[in-house]
Amino acid sequence: MIEIKDIHKQYGDVVALEKVSLSVKKGELFGLIGPDGAGKTSLMRILMSLLLPDGGSASMNGLDVVADFKKIRTITGYMPGRFSLYPDLTVEENLKFFATVFGTTIQENYHLIKDIYQQIEPFKTRRAGKLSGGMKQKLALSCALIHKPEILILDEPTTGVDAVSRKEFWEMLKRLKVMGITIMVSTPYMDEASLCDRIALIQQGNLMSVATPQAMINSFPEDLWAIRTPKIYNTSKLLEQLPSMISANSFGQVLHLVTPRGMYNSGSIQQFLSQHGETEISVEMAEATIEDVFILLMHNRKEKS
Amino acid sequence: MMTNEPVITVKKMVKKFGNFVANDNLSFEVYKGEIFGFLGANGAGKTTAIRILCGLSTPTSGEMKVAGYDVYHQTEKIKQNIGYMSQKFSLYEDLTVYENIRFYGGVYGMKVADRKAKTKEMLDRLELTAYENRKIGDLPLGWKQKLAFSIAILHTPKIVFLDEPTGGVDPITRRQFWNLIYEAVEKGITVFVTTHYMDEAEYCDRVSIMADGKIVALDTPLKLKEQYNAANMDEVFLKIAR
Repeated sequence: MIEIKDIHKQYGDVVALEKVSLSVKKGELFGLIGPDGAGKTSLMRILMSLLLPDGGSASMNGLDVVADFKKIRTITGYMPGRFSLYPDLTVEENLKFFATVFGTTIQENYHLIKDIYQQIEPFKTRRAGKLSGGMKQKLALSCALIHKPEILILDEPTTGVDAVSRKEFWEMLKRLKVMGITIMVSTPYMDEASLCDRIALIQQGNLMSVATPQAMINSFPEDLWAIRTPKIYNTSKLLEQLPSMISANSFGQVLHLVTPRGMYNSGSIQQFLSQHGETEISVEMAEATIEDVFILLMHNRKEKS
Repeated sequence: MMTNEPVITVKKMVKKFGNFVANDNLSFEVYKGEIFGFLGANGAGKTTAIRILCGLSTPTSGEMKVAGYDVYHQTEKIKQNIGYMSQKFSLYEDLTVYENIRFYGGVYGMKVADRKAKTKEMLDRLELTAYENRKIGDLPLGWKQKLAFSIAILHTPKIVFLDEPTGGVDPITRRQFWNLIYEAVEKGITVFVTTHYMDEAEYCDRVSIMADGKIVALDTPLKLKEQYNAANMDEVFLKIAR
């Protein structure tokens, strides 16, 4: 398990992490959800003992990330955001290298990586630098797993990866979780949040919320309306003028309008729109998504400051 | 404001690297004022095709015209008539906001008075006037991406190519970015965009999906969803690209 207490990190004037506290349970698949620059990588690098915090403390399976850094590295597997295997070594040589560094062999822990590694094994004599994005990702995960870590830290493993490969990657993570490995994974894709046991929404160095995805959705404090309109852009401009409205954002083919709890009903919103000449529109109350939660929390933070 | 006037015409485009066929006989048209989504799995051949259409790479065979110019012989003309931005390459981090604008204005051969007028209009629109002397490297990613896009269309090109412009950007900025795209379209600029966010595919007038070097689907999001019996573009993509 991972315990983070009041971790603070600053680069010059820029506060990367502002007194962040968090605990991740053993065997949990925990998601750190937020855009670039939110502080995800800084937090993960501190946990991996690659970066020193300016304040606070953190431990993994009881080992302190500063004092016990050598031991930390033996019980954790890490996949950094940037591909950092040896491009001039072959697939097999990379894997062998990581196994040897950690004093083990590919054979000893093959069962852990089998599902993943089998997909790239036909290319085991190819140099890692010549692999496609999806294959690099599978090799990096295999290398992070080969010493049988108790905790896996994955920094944006699915960024820039297409929708199909992303889905496959999450299926792999689920299988690893079943084997009892604690996993912390970061992502800028809000739709991946629902695949985690629990998530933290992070923005500008602050954890805005920590809960299960469903609990976050259930506790959405305002009313949310899904509006179908032939002219999304025009309708959203128009809704900006709806009194006390909180936000109107496009979500693919529908518009999500957020209004204070209990203030409007679908009829009154429809009426407002038809008064402004928009008639071919349907308004329905809808369940929030994690992206709606994130947008609302960002909005509330802005209002406060 | 989509029209029926083609601004990009691609006929039987083929690009080979040795024995590897990166683009296998692509044919399609993009219309003036359209938002054209260019989707596909990693390695499907999207970047190769974009490089050819931007005049940066010569195709093996086929007939292609971009903004009325031939991709074999008129690449310089093409470059003058398009804008380009990607997540990876956008602006110079060590130059200020203003210096970047001046640099790109120069590269695109804009007249000084025109550049100054457009610079002011753009900085006001982005609410960045107070930051014009800040280095790009000091700005948050979302601001950079909005600025990079605005600079890519500063010279009012006929077409702007956007290669994963919103990757890693926060959800509010991502939507503000799409508002900028809509505004560009209002000015008559054609938008050619790639993305891994499937909700963004819904915002395109038409979407093409590539797999293994071929275009396997091309239609409006609505028609694609009907054709593949899918609730959203995410499902369409998974059905086609898997």
